[in-house]
Amino acid sequence: MLTTQQDRLMGEINELVEVHGHDRSALIPILQDIQSRYHAISDFTMQVVADRLEIHPVEVFGVVTFYSFLNEKHHGHFVIRVCRTISCDMAGKDAVAQQLRSDLGIDFGETTSDGRFTLEWANCIGMCDQGPAMLVNDHVLTHVTPERVHDILAACEKTFGPHTPQSDEEHTL
Amino acid sequence: MKDTNACADDTCRAPVSQRTQVVDAPGTSATVKLKIDDHELNIPMGTTILEAARELGIHIPTLCHHDDLCVAGVCRVCLVEVEGQNTLQASCAYPITQPITVKTHTRKVRQARRHIIDLLLSKHYGECYSCFRNNNCELQSLAKEYGVDFFRFGHPEKPLYEVDRSSYSVVRDMNKCVLCRRCIRTCIDLQEVGVLEAAGRSDGTTISTYLDKPLGEVVCINCGQCINRCPTGALRAKDRTDDVWAAIDNPEKHVVIQTAPSPRAGIGEEFNQEPGTPMTWKMNTALKRCGFDKVFDTNFTADLTIIEEGTELILRLYKNLVQSDSSQPLPQFTSCSPGWVKYIEHFYPEYLPHVSTCKSPQQMFGALIKTWYARMNNIDPANIVSVALMPCSAKKFECNRPEMRDSGYKDVDNGLTTRELAQMIREAGIDLPEMPKSDFDNPFGTATGSGVIFGSTGGVMEAALRSVIEFVTGKKVENFYDHANIIPVRGFEGCRYAELQIPDEVGPVPELIQHLVPNWDWLKGATLKVGIAHGTANAKKVMENIKAGGKFSECHFIEFMACPGGCLGGGGQPIPTSPEIRAARARAIYAEDAAYGDAGKARKSHENPAVLRLYSEFLTNGPCGHKSHHLLHTHYTARGKYIG
Amino acid sequence: MTIRNNMTLSSVEKNKGLAAAMKMEPAGVIGIIRGSGMKGRGGAGFPTGAKWHFAASAKGERKFVVCNADEGEPGTFKDRVLMDEWPDLIFEGMTIAGYAIGAQEGILYLRGEYTYIRKALEECLAKRREENLLGNHVLGNSNFSFDIHIHMGCGAYVCGEETALIESLEGYRGEARNRPPFPVNTGLNGMPTIVNNVETFAWTSAILVNGADWFKAIGTSKSTGPKMLSISGDVECPGVYEFPMGTTVNDVLDAAGCDCAKAVIIGGASGHCLPPAEFSRAICYEDISTGGAVIVFGPDRDMLDVAESFLEFFADESCGQCTPCRIGNVKLLEGVRMLKCGKCSTNCLRDLCALGETMQCASKCGLGQSSPNAFLSIVRHFKNEILGRACTAAES
Ligand SMILES: Cc1cc2nc3c(=O)[nH]c(=O)nc-3n(C[C@H](O)[C@H](O)[C@H](O)COP(=O)(O)O)c2cc1C
Ligand code: SF4
Ligand code: SF4
Ligand code: SF4
Ligand code: SF4
Ligand code: FES
Repeated sequence: MLTTQQDRLMGEINELVEVHGHDRSALIPILQDIQSRYHAISDFTMQVVADRLEIHPVEVFGVVTFYSFLNEKHHGHFVIRVCRTISCDMAGKDAVAQQLRSDLGIDFGETTSDGRFTLEWANCIGMCDQGPAMLVNDHVLTHVTPERVHDILAACEKTFGPHTPQSDEEHTL
Repeated sequence: MKDTNACADDTCRAPVSQRTQVVDAPGTSATVKLKIDDHELNIPMGTTILEAARELGIHIPTLCHHDDLCVAGVCRVCLVEVEGQNTLQASCAYPITQPITVKTHTRKVRQARRHIIDLLLSKHYGECYSCFRNNNCELQSLAKEYGVDFFRFGHPEKPLYEVDRSSYSVVRDMNKCVLCRRCIRTCIDLQEVGVLEAAGRSDGTTISTYLDKPLGEVVCINCGQCINRCPTGALRAKDRTDDVWAAIDNPEKHVVIQTAPSPRAGIGEEFNQEPGTPMTWKMNTALKRCGFDKVFDTNFTADLTIIEEGTELILRLYKNLVQSDSSQPLPQFTSCSPGWVKYIEHFYPEYLPHVSTCKSPQQMFGALIKTWYARMNNIDPANIVSVALMPCSAKKFECNRPEMRDSGYKDVDNGLTTRELAQMIREAGIDLPEMPKSDFDNPFGTATGSGVIFGSTGGVMEAALRSVIEFVTGKKVENFYDHANIIPVRGFEGCRYAELQIPDEVGPVPELIQHLVPNWDWLKGATLKVGIAHGTANAKKVMENIKAGGKFSECHFIEFMACPGGCLGGGGQPIPTSPEIRAARARAIYAEDAAYGDAGKARKSHENPAVLRLYSEFLTNGPCGHKSHHLLHTHYTARGKYIG
Repeated sequence: MTIRNNMTLSSVEKNKGLAAAMKMEPAGVIGIIRGSGMKGRGGAGFPTGAKWHFAASAKGERKFVVCNADEGEPGTFKDRVLMDEWPDLIFEGMTIAGYAIGAQEGILYLRGEYTYIRKALEECLAKRREENLLGNHVLGNSNFSFDIHIHMGCGAYVCGEETALIESLEGYRGEARNRPPFPVNTGLNGMPTIVNNVETFAWTSAILVNGADWFKAIGTSKSTGPKMLSISGDVECPGVYEFPMGTTVNDVLDAAGCDCAKAVIIGGASGHCLPPAEFSRAICYEDISTGGAVIVFGPDRDMLDVAESFLEFFADESCGQCTPCRIGNVKLLEGVRMLKCGKCSTNCLRDLCALGETMQCASKCGLGQSSPNAFLSIVRHFKNEILGRACTAAES
């Protein structure tokens, strides 16, 4: 990473620490904000956050690897999480999943080479009555069918916008 | 003796409610009725079921529980049935606050324990006969205790993890890990280094370093405390016995071994002796029989360290107090614990100027063996293999530091832990407790009692004070402290502070250091303030106190030891460890010191005849002189905590 | 849109309950909740009044009210509907609880998957602050100040378990704690803390408006009040339904439109599976207790697929700290996969069932204690379907 980038990131982390606090309880909110801005929590971030909160980097690492929504590896701008739990399964999630695989050319757990889409499984997202359901970033889509997959992907950018500043402001308000 | 190194509340990182059992009792003396198996008794409120059972001699198996560490309650091996509860309860984590009835080995309990062991084995890759914990493994004992005769839930056929051998000191084989998390609690709570933590979740949970980097690349201080508390063979010290045997077997090589005081107080445990059975003189014979050419006493250089470090302290005091020169600031920190040295290099690099430039006794000895000793005996230093028997895994890292080659060779070729030596002795077919006694070899001979107590927390301080007091007052320490036992600095309190009054009457400056200070007038009536910390969690407390300008910042001299209890609790000592075992080893060490006095031998470093001879024959420009600076002093690397 | 039937909460007047509470002593409020007999709506069914009483009498400089909106149980979505429709009643209930136990701070722990609901909830909170329903001196009561903030979950089902939730709030991995001590004594930051389900708080507001007797008159003697159920699976009208406690499974199936169910799982992935012969059983704490998930399976469903799906869920969501749950779920999953391809001996199945029982009694928290439920009940009721399967190639 370039020094200027590092400086900028450091500045952002300092700001987040001001907003969320210096205690350990601020750790997860800080990481969530970084995750939504950068689609990953980098090595550098973990060490700076650890330093600011006076904990060990390995503790940050332990937390990041515990929660599904925090990742050390880079995620795409659009993270698509398909619910795989029973009700959505019975409602036909396999067909939707297959279409997503084909249209994106990646398997679950992977990110497209242009860094735009990441495909993941989700455990029950609370839309069991309207399955198959999936999340695209923070947005929920229900009654998804294989035919709709193409339109959803095409509309991603237009409808939802990249998962950055706008949703941040909501977070930090 | 309460060992305050057992996980202390204020440094413990475990969530509050996992460790302090908050007891809503009117008075501390409140008791509660417990019925456990056939026993009925009253116990203090808040006692855990496990503690109560142990008091009564009822055996409940455990795995994740350790006396030094806060409660985890994760392995579930210690389950018992509490009447009225649907689920079984982990006895280690169940504080009794109401009258209860407990059954410790019902069918349900036995079946659950057996299943848990079966489950652990289904993920455990390792063959006992090729494992260093064979016969001393808590998992193996459990399997035996519960009669495991087949793998109910399968057994891995091949290893899942690569063994991490990147560290000079600690080898991690996660294939044998049972995820009891003792190492995490050791590293984060007890030692406050924070190298290990659980990563991932569910079946993917592992014990991980930061980003799963090799241990050699993270901030590990090599203290080995995690090894001593691991129930299995997942953690071990790097084994050097093959190299040492190879040297012994090579007739060209002159193999010498120096032995530190703590292994002698601990090695008996490897041979079924009670903890605290001293083995010094028997071990000398065993070492000779193993084939070492010479057996030396590290205490010789412990004494030498006292002279060098004591002189350095006097110089620092003189410069700071008289000459207003703060280039070498106070307080001076000891430097003999390599775990502590690496700790400060990582976490408080800005304080490195406080660290004494003296090498540790091990490294001083190494430098002298390949110079003075080689010259005296006409041996080519290239043919000397210098081995150090240490209670410590960090010494393995230390001897590999690039700075440690001042003799022109690697000053110490191999560090062996107590456990490795026990292995060698067994391999040579020697029954240690049955050995006849023999003395150390010359020219270093037998050291003083001060050297011996280096092994215990407070020992370096006591040894240094014995010499400094005599230097300055010109009187015997015995005039101030009975039998020269400086009790105020002894004990197991995690952080200790003591003040010593220097009398108004001072003596002449001894010849050895006359060229360094003109007189003692400037010390008349002064108060010498000293501090002691053992276990890096306590070291951290002291460092934070200094940073905040607390009382430790006013100290003149502070002893730091990385390991709980000092070297006697080192990461290379026999397993298991507990507060009681460490206390027993400490008793052995102080008894050896006292025995020196009873036998009329020297107990103060500056009385060591071999040390005096060294200064007159070899280090002719005296303590902290040019030559000793070259061979006996070193410098440090500001490493910082950033993990590259 | 989620289908739902007529709901009592629609007719509950907002903030009337809070206003009523402000006129009482805190102990009086707890008395009413106790009197209503309400048990927690999150699944475990602990009497709410008793929990509040413990927290109120516990000593602590600060106390906390936590609303558990981590709704992660497969098949449960009633809390989402409650938060969509009646956020005020939930926050009101939390405020009442805060008053009752003497807390100054409330936290709504919202699962990360529900981030899209957050905005509306924040707006609701802002409005309540403006109207002095939150903040300093709530409704002019000079002895009571209370505020609520929202904390986002991060994708971990186990954080619905109350002590894991507290760990997560403190910034740790969501690993359940040893109990005792319980959160009511030693919870968030070591302080007395109550953790209650979203629905529990919503009913709190309703009880303070309509009275404890009204609540008690609904349901059975041991399970009072109405209960929200999330119904999904092979039914015509999946959605959220309100029934009095004690309603039979048959009645529930009728309401949602299903006359050919082969099995129903009550309580989601950690719940129990019932065959048609048991559809006359009642949904209540003394019979089949549940946090509210009802999943219905039609005649063509393979129950081993169901068990596999649930065990995959647990094998992924276990926090991994304790042995029985961490490894046990994986072993059960492997076993189900063997059963599926016709390769599991009867002895092996017996071992698996015994392991399931061990997990139920030996696991550290409710996750591992309930994860074998579905598997065990499926084996019990559908043994014929499970054994004697055609041998197929093991799945890759
Ligand atoms: C694995 C697990 C997950 C849980 N998930 C939830 C949840 O999502 N929502 C909830 O209200 N309670 C959940 N609970 C129950 C809580 O631990 C706790 O009992 C509940 O929040 C108490 O609230 P109540 O008394 O109002 O029901 C869960 C329990 C376990 C063991
Ligand atoms: S760790 Fe224990 S059980 Fe495992 S191989 Fe070594 S001795 Fe055997
Ligand atoms: S050797 Fe010491 S510092 Fe290194 S991992 Fe073990 S306990 Fe931590
Ligand atoms: S490495 Fe050893 S101490 Fe650490 S979790 Fe594994 S078995 Fe336990
Ligand atoms: S039962 Fe499962 S989720 Fe609960 S503590 Fe144990 S491993 Fe974690
Ligand atoms: S020893 Fe009690 S749970 Fe491990």
